Amino acid sequence: MSRLVRRIVAAVSLRWRPAMVLAVVAGSALTTVVGAAPSRTTAPAPAPAPVPMAVPRRIISLVPATTEMLFAMGAGAQVVGVGSYDHFPAPVERLPRLGGLIDPSVERILALHPDLVVVYDSQADLRRQLDRAGIPQWGYRIQGLADVTATMRALGQRIGRAAEAHAAALAVEARLAAVRDRVAGRTRPRSLLVFGRDPGTLRGLDASGGYGFLHDLLELAGGQDVLGDMPRAAVTMSTEMLLGRAPEAIIEVRPGVPWDTARTEAERRVWWTLPSLPAVRTGRITLLWGDEFVVPGPRVALAAERLAAALHPLQAR
Amino acid sequence: MWSANHVDSPIRHRLRWTVGGFGALVVVVCGLAPLVGSTSVSLTRAFDTTMPWSENVDAQIFFIARLPRVLAAALVGSALAMAGVVFQALLRNPLASPDTLGVSAGASLGAMTAITLNAAFSVAGIPALPLASFVGALGAFGVVALLSLVRQRGATSLVLLLGGVTVTALLSAVIGMVQYVADATQTFRTARWLLGSLDVASYAPIGGALLPLALACAGFMRLPRRLDLFSLGADAAATRGVDVRTTERLALASASLATGAAVSLGGPVGFVGIIVPHLVRLVVGADHRLVLPASALLGAAFLVLCDLVARTALAPMEVPVGIVTALLGGPVFLWLLLRQA
Repeated sequence: MSRLVRRIVAAVSLRWRPAMVLAVVAGSALTTVVGAAPSRTTAPAPAPAPVPMAVPRRIISLVPATTEMLFAMGAGAQVVGVGSYDHFPAPVERLPRLGGLIDPSVERILALHPDLVVVYDSQADLRRQLDRAGIPQWGYRIQGLADVTATMRALGQRIGRAAEAHAAALAVEARLAAVRDRVAGRTRPRSLLVFGRDPGTLRGLDASGGYGFLHDLLELAGGQDVLGDMPRAAVTMSTEMLLGRAPEAIIEVRPGVPWDTARTEAERRVWWTLPSLPAVRTGRITLLWGDEFVVPGPRVALAAERLAAALHPLQAR
Repeated sequence: MWSANHVDSPIRHRLRWTVGGFGALVVVVCGLAPLVGSTSVSLTRAFDTTMPWSENVDAQIFFIARLPRVLAAALVGSALAMAGVVFQALLRNPLASPDTLGVSAGASLGAMTAITLNAAFSVAGIPALPLASFVGALGAFGVVALLSLVRQRGATSLVLLLGGVTVTALLSAVIGMVQYVADATQTFRTARWLLGSLDVASYAPIGGALLPLALACAGFMRLPRRLDLFSLGADAAATRGVDVRTTERLALASASLATGAAVSLGGPVGFVGIIVPHLVRLVVGADHRLVLPASALLGAAFLVLCDLVARTALAPMEVPVGIVTALLGGPVFLWLLLRQA
């Protein structure tokens, strides 16, 4: 669709949206009635032409990954509301917070008069409410690393920024490819990627399993996931499982800002209670902080670079 | 320890058989449990003292991963079962359990708060989470104890029950609030903590729980005869020479202490405190001189067995032990009830 046509559609949709909704509803009803009536001809009715989607001007994104994608493709000015956990890039701090994945505030979303709400596929209740309110929505689901740039492109297509989204996705893919090249041919340590545990102990330890963007990042960054055979995104590990899997490198990732040196060292020392772990014997235990490890957005490239630097210090420089 | 001098001869004989029978079960289960797991372990290598500890994986799996876990399961199961017996007798309610008076909810609130605040301190090697959990349990017990203290003649079982239900409801609301303000990761961790886990990963948390458990046991040892009379009603017990107020406070304090220590060690593992006392009564009758020690032993064996299932049924994945206690215990209990009917 040309830019001019998009603008016309957008303008019409903004000014005449209620009328269009009525028309679409009426048209659907008419089609149903006509379709139900006995037909004199045997030829199938022609498929309805796809209704062109309006270019949104007021976007709400409730999940940090898509918020970051929108800003990365230059659509930040169109974002009018974000989720509770959005902190990047800096301009989102000034935007209204509308809840998160499990507690979106429908009332506040409606009050902002969005013309597109970006929702996660699992937000079924919110999607139904938006449907009832006649607000366009765009759902997505990210499972692996490849889904990140695919989602960027699809989102860009939906908001009329296909070229910008493609460029941003290409940049991410180039950085990921560079990381892959940098660690290619190196010995891949049997690695454990931990993303949560009780402080001061190895209890309640959650690690990346055999699929998901964290698993893909770990493998791309030159690690061999010790839980790669377990088809789960997250695995709660017991002490016995830790000892049995015997990782050669342990990387703990946490969102937020780094702790002070004393606390970081104390948390590293917690691993010393299992001295038979090869990672403990060789001291290959790294604690990394940063939201890029928990947000499958454009910053996955940064996450991959940092993981590669931790796993292959010399090669990643 | 349960065969005090005042125990008459027939009971002493039954006590010997009861403790012997249930004790043998505990020995067998606790002896076998460390030998089984998701990883293959060579016992010869595990006990090979010539191999350096830091390189002996088998020894570490046996002594760090499995043995503390079996010990923790035995202690938690035993404590929860005894607390269940005492609460059921004290409140004269067969549905009473360690959760009834809000002590479990208090412990849970303490743990939730520690998780949400990312508390990282430790005292004598015991991390913040179990400590906060124990403090929460004591706080909830304090509220219920206040009910008993302000009423000069002791609180009736109805007052205690209502107080406990109210405290539980209040604390549950606060727990919900804490979970609501926590971020997604913390909420996930709190939800999982509520399902219980006995993977203590070291002996320090067990050591920390020993003192409150020992104090609780000292209290329990003074209770069996009084609880027998208490189950007739507070007034009937008083006419038979039982100091109702002292008994009530001793029972409350001991059972709450045991519950707090157990929950701080393994999380709020459900079902043990209610099912084990009833199973024991089906076997040995209602005499608390038998029910209390038998429940302690069966509670230990039951939870060790449940934890064994939890860590091996879907190996290498683990099932939260609280799910196993309900899935294993519930049908067995129903079957026994139907059989008795």
